[in-house]
Amino acid sequence: MSKKIREGLIKKILFIFGSVSILITISIFATLLSESLIFFQKVPILNFLFGTKWTPLFKPQNFGVLPLVAGTFLIVIFSSLISLPIGLLSAIYLSEYSHMKVRKIVKPFIEILAGIPSIVYGYFALTTITPIIRKFYPDTSIYNALSASIAVGIMTIPMVLSLSEDSMRAVPKSLREGAYALGLTKLEVVFGVVIPASFSGIVASFILAISRAIGETMIVALAAGATPKLTLNPLESIQTMTGFIVQISQGDVVQGTIEAHSLFAVAMLLFVITLTMNLLSKLIVNRFKEDY
Amino acid sequence: MSLARRKKINTIFHVILVACILFSLIVLIILFTDILKKGFPFLNIDFLTKYSSRFPKKSGIRAGLFGSLWIIITTVIIAFPLGVSGAIYLEEYAPKNRFTSLIKINISNLAGVPSIVYGILGLSLFVRTLKFGRTILSASLTMALLILPIIIVSSQEALKTVPKDLKEASYGLGATKWETITGVILPYSMPGILTGTILAISRAIGEAAPLVVVGGAAAIWFTPKGLMDEFTTLPLQIFTWASKPQADFQLVAAAGITVLLLVLIFINLTAILLRNKYQDRMKM
Repeated sequence: MSKKIREGLIKKILFIFGSVSILITISIFATLLSESLIFFQKVPILNFLFGTKWTPLFKPQNFGVLPLVAGTFLIVIFSSLISLPIGLLSAIYLSEYSHMKVRKIVKPFIEILAGIPSIVYGYFALTTITPIIRKFYPDTSIYNALSASIAVGIMTIPMVLSLSEDSMRAVPKSLREGAYALGLTKLEVVFGVVIPASFSGIVASFILAISRAIGETMIVALAAGATPKLTLNPLESIQTMTGFIVQISQGDVVQGTIEAHSLFAVAMLLFVITLTMNLLSKLIVNRFKEDY
Repeated sequence: MSLARRKKINTIFHVILVACILFSLIVLIILFTDILKKGFPFLNIDFLTKYSSRFPKKSGIRAGLFGSLWIIITTVIIAFPLGVSGAIYLEEYAPKNRFTSLIKINISNLAGVPSIVYGILGLSLFVRTLKFGRTILSASLTMALLILPIIIVSSQEALKTVPKDLKEASYGLGATKWETITGVILPYSMPGILTGTILAISRAIGEAAPLVVVGGAAAIWFTPKGLMDEFTTLPLQIFTWASKPQADFQLVAAAGITVLLLVLIFINLTAILLRNKYQDRMKM
């Protein structure tokens, strides 16, 4: 009998532990929402979302978040130009072209790139990538979006690679062999059979890499600058949403002021965007998954 | 298109693919040699035992090392039991219903939340609402929330590998569910759980963004003695040095990064060795 009570008690305790994750999500929501609401009482939400001037730290204060969103967008575009093609092509190589032995040696090395802390990439961007860019474009500012984007791109290559390789390897061998029997070359099999069959996984890996780039913080805080502006020129100094959060956290902003609350509004926006993208990638995988 | 031409295009594509792989590998080599070359001259016993300083040559990472150590140990004490019991509940007890699938979706989403958002949560919840202040305790709790989803997911994976016949043999001998978990399931899956935990720890060691928000000091000049002390960590010190305009501080940052990378390599090797050792024992 006592054994039965103990077992039941254990089950209840474990249930509580299992639900902690829900509590975390609720507290993230509650925190961001309650603090942002205070901010939105002072700054109308439409002015925040569509304003084109972001000057919270000097008068006149403007809280239009678009310059920060544009900065983040710039990082996303240029990091994707590196991570998506190189990640995908590397995945094609490892899944379709390489020998098993080569794959076993090469893949762990590339995955090291994903294990390096982002602060290290930030340093690398600032002290190695930026000087190289400035050799070609001497007018580039020391802090610039391109340098940070390249580092973010390199960091997310393994993410694209692992997820798309997994989905390519899940394509049954019989499909490939059918195509080879029709006389296709490897390249034609890749583009005619493997990629269409693993498309949902590839798209999901792209979205996750982009979502990661949006949330990336230390690289942009170190290398991209602290100048919020609406620009498409990657050689200029910019500021991202995450970069702003770091800047405010480091400074001597007084708690309770409007600029201190703007931190939470920006974080809320960041959270909503990345959450939407993560859910989207899962939806795509589930909806368009080919079952064999 | 002629066959010869199609084959030629295929070869060209093959070369492009190899170039992509080589790109990552070359970047990896450049990154490591670059940092080691800059950081190694600054690396000596003094660098490890001294506090930060206005002078690059006299700067050290003592405060950061101790801060990181305190935070990591506290983080693991909080996150490990919580994460493993969460995983045990989800794999062994949870009924197949909507609430369970909500928890599972939720955990995978939490793993995708940007780390700086955890910092905001930590700032609001631990630093201000619970009034723990900008202390090691607040930092550890924040880090624990950050790595909890990673520990849960990897522990779930490890628990899934336990063969069904082992469990059934245990039940057949009259063991209760809990006895089966502690006697059979956990011992079998512990190497996997530990490997996952160690990888989560290595993520936490390198993470800087949430702690910037929670309020790690740019520099402190004492060794922390308890949970309610102020802190800085190795990545935070690297960040501070790398942000300084003087070129010499960039080299100090490189030395800090060298230490950080050595610690991470050591930890990851431990994980691999641990896994191999236990795998061998399981086979016997």
